[in-house]
Amino acid sequence: MSQNINKASSSRFWYDPKVRSILFQLLFIGLLVFFISNIITNTTNNLEQRGITTGFDFLSQEAGFGIIQSLVEYDETHTFGKTFIVGLLNTALVAVLGVALSTVVGFLVGIGRLSSNWLVARLSTVYIEIFRNIPVLLQILFWYIAVLQVLPSPRQSITLGESIFLNLRGLYIPAPVFGEGSGIVLGAFVAACMAAFVLSHWAKQRQVKTGEVFPVFRVGLGLIVALPIVVWVVAGQPISLEMPVLKGFNFRGGITVMPELIALLLGLAFYTAAYIAENVRAGIEAISKGQREAAGALGLSEGRIMSLVIIPQAMRVVIPPLATNYMNLIKNSSLATAIGYPELVNVFMGTTLNQTGQAIEIIAMTMAVYLTMNLMVSLFMNWFNTRMALVER
Amino acid sequence: MIVNDKNIPSRPAPASTRGIAGWLRENLFSTPGNSVLTFMGLAFLVWAIPPIFQWAVLQADFIGVNKEACTSEGACWVFVSARFQQFMYGFYPDTELWRVNIFFAQMTAVLVWVLWDKMPRRTWGGVWFLTGFPLTSFILLHGGFLGLETVETHKWGGLMLTLVLSLVGMVIALPIGILLALGRRSDMPAVSSFCTVFIEIWRGVPLITILFMASVMLPLFIPGDIELDKLARAMIGISLFEAALIAEVIRGGLQAMPKGQYEAADAMGLSYWQGMRLIIMPQVLKISIPGIVNTFVQLFKDTSLVLIIGLFDLLAVMQAGITDVNWPNISIEAFVFTGFVFWAFCFGMSRYSVALERKLDTGHKS
Repeated sequence: MSQNINKASSSRFWYDPKVRSILFQLLFIGLLVFFISNIITNTTNNLEQRGITTGFDFLSQEAGFGIIQSLVEYDETHTFGKTFIVGLLNTALVAVLGVALSTVVGFLVGIGRLSSNWLVARLSTVYIEIFRNIPVLLQILFWYIAVLQVLPSPRQSITLGESIFLNLRGLYIPAPVFGEGSGIVLGAFVAACMAAFVLSHWAKQRQVKTGEVFPVFRVGLGLIVALPIVVWVVAGQPISLEMPVLKGFNFRGGITVMPELIALLLGLAFYTAAYIAENVRAGIEAISKGQREAAGALGLSEGRIMSLVIIPQAMRVVIPPLATNYMNLIKNSSLATAIGYPELVNVFMGTTLNQTGQAIEIIAMTMAVYLTMNLMVSLFMNWFNTRMALVER
Repeated sequence: MIVNDKNIPSRPAPASTRGIAGWLRENLFSTPGNSVLTFMGLAFLVWAIPPIFQWAVLQADFIGVNKEACTSEGACWVFVSARFQQFMYGFYPDTELWRVNIFFAQMTAVLVWVLWDKMPRRTWGGVWFLTGFPLTSFILLHGGFLGLETVETHKWGGLMLTLVLSLVGMVIALPIGILLALGRRSDMPAVSSFCTVFIEIWRGVPLITILFMASVMLPLFIPGDIELDKLARAMIGISLFEAALIAEVIRGGLQAMPKGQYEAADAMGLSYWQGMRLIIMPQVLKISIPGIVNTFVQLFKDTSLVLIIGLFDLLAVMQAGITDVNWPNISIEAFVFTGFVFWAFCFGMSRYSVALERKLDTGHKS
């Protein structure tokens, strides 16, 4: 009997799940290797035929084209490697500004949607349903073509207090000029921030011990605002503002925000804000009604119920999808290439690719940038989730 | 002794909480802060709505064939009606438009069949959507068979191209996505690591880099003597991107299945594929439909990116219209119309998915 079984199993070894799994995996890997080697042969053949060089030598060659906005020093004589850096920094600029703007708008609309005020709730819903259901590329083009290109010329600029100007060529805002001794003011600012942090820590400890509440927010804010101003006055006003001034046909001085950047920011921020608003709403609604009632029964005021009970719990639900939203915003910033804002895809995958023809290296580098960002966001999210996870018995 | 043997009739609620006045008080003017918000909202509406209405309807021109017909101050909707054919069909030849119309009709019929839960034999509808529908649509739109004249893909455009791109993306992505999701959860390390890496790479990069890759790198990957046209390359890129997104939706569904379902399938003596086909997948697909529809909405919006690699989709038709010298100053009309078409499709689909989610929600949440 046992011999029979042994015989059967040894003759039909492919019925053993372990053996089968190994066989299947070998087959799978074999196919994959065949497929990839095929692609590699084809590619090398094609590259040879078209006379395209390979390798990353092009990064140290002279670029020979200009870029209209650069956060670091750049001109035609710099290398292709430098164009990569310039594009990356411009992407980072859009990402930072876009994340800030979309968060503010998104939280306002999300809270507005749950407002007890019927009109505010309706308006927020209309906002979300309109901006979420129209392609972001169309929105960016709309701001660029239909709004910013019909603005008046520099001489008829729309102005706010003769210091901020908006016209066809962009937005002109005053620029801070750091004179001698401005380091002291910045140092005072940092010191005030640290003091406020220590203060909040102390106030919390005291509240735990004695139950007395200290107005941390007001005192801290006062500290952060007042200390740098006092130091600024004492040090002889080392930091001043340079106003943009109309000279001839255009403005000089100040900071110029190019219209491409404004259009991109508005398009991305309003689109992403609609998604953020939905997340915020879902997060607040996910907190069961009992929490609110329990907080009310303890005698907390409406504002304290929100800030001490609802929001801390809602954040646990809100933040993971929020990270995804931010990531999408960064990825969507590549649409800038449609309106000519010089970010990574436009500068590097557009102009540099056209000049060098080295598609594989350039596309791989660009993809690697976005993949790295994605990886960092998911690492952050994992860390955050473990930190914020509900601690239960 | 006084005994009241009648019920005292209940008195109506105070006037301030009843009717319109009560509603207004509760919903618009409950606190001073709320009143301020209400007045600000009303001021915004008064500021925004009448001028828009006047521009879009009262002072607009609707009839005519060219820019000269637009004489009044408001919107020039003549542009939309004059360009309507291009918006819908791109440069598809005039005499062959009936083919596109049949495609639209079949698409509507199949989608109703698959998505409306009162229809009979929806599974067969799904099978047709994934097999017969793409095949007949290709024969119909491209031609070259059965005596139909060939229409080159560079003549395709407008809404039709947008729909073709998103439907092809869906039809190819769904089976690949299911396989990827199953592969990612597989016990075999070679398979699961390959699927994980594949999904994460495609999901992690912007669609535009994938489209660039499809249009620049793909021709390098295939033997030099094979020519792939631009539309086919874009379709491959979009489909693989979409497959990675679908795979994550399906994986969510697979994870939501209780372990007992898998064990029950094993206990019945079903093989892996039988168990998946007969027990797991029918349930997973059912709960994944809202997620799949949401992904589809995303894809539908994202197809507008093909404008950047030079395909003539709905958004590209709009852009060409704006830059046309015969039609100066119609950019807002063009944006409003195109935006509305996209909005109508996406809003409809997202409403459907919300309704379905509500139906599938068995009320086990708090």
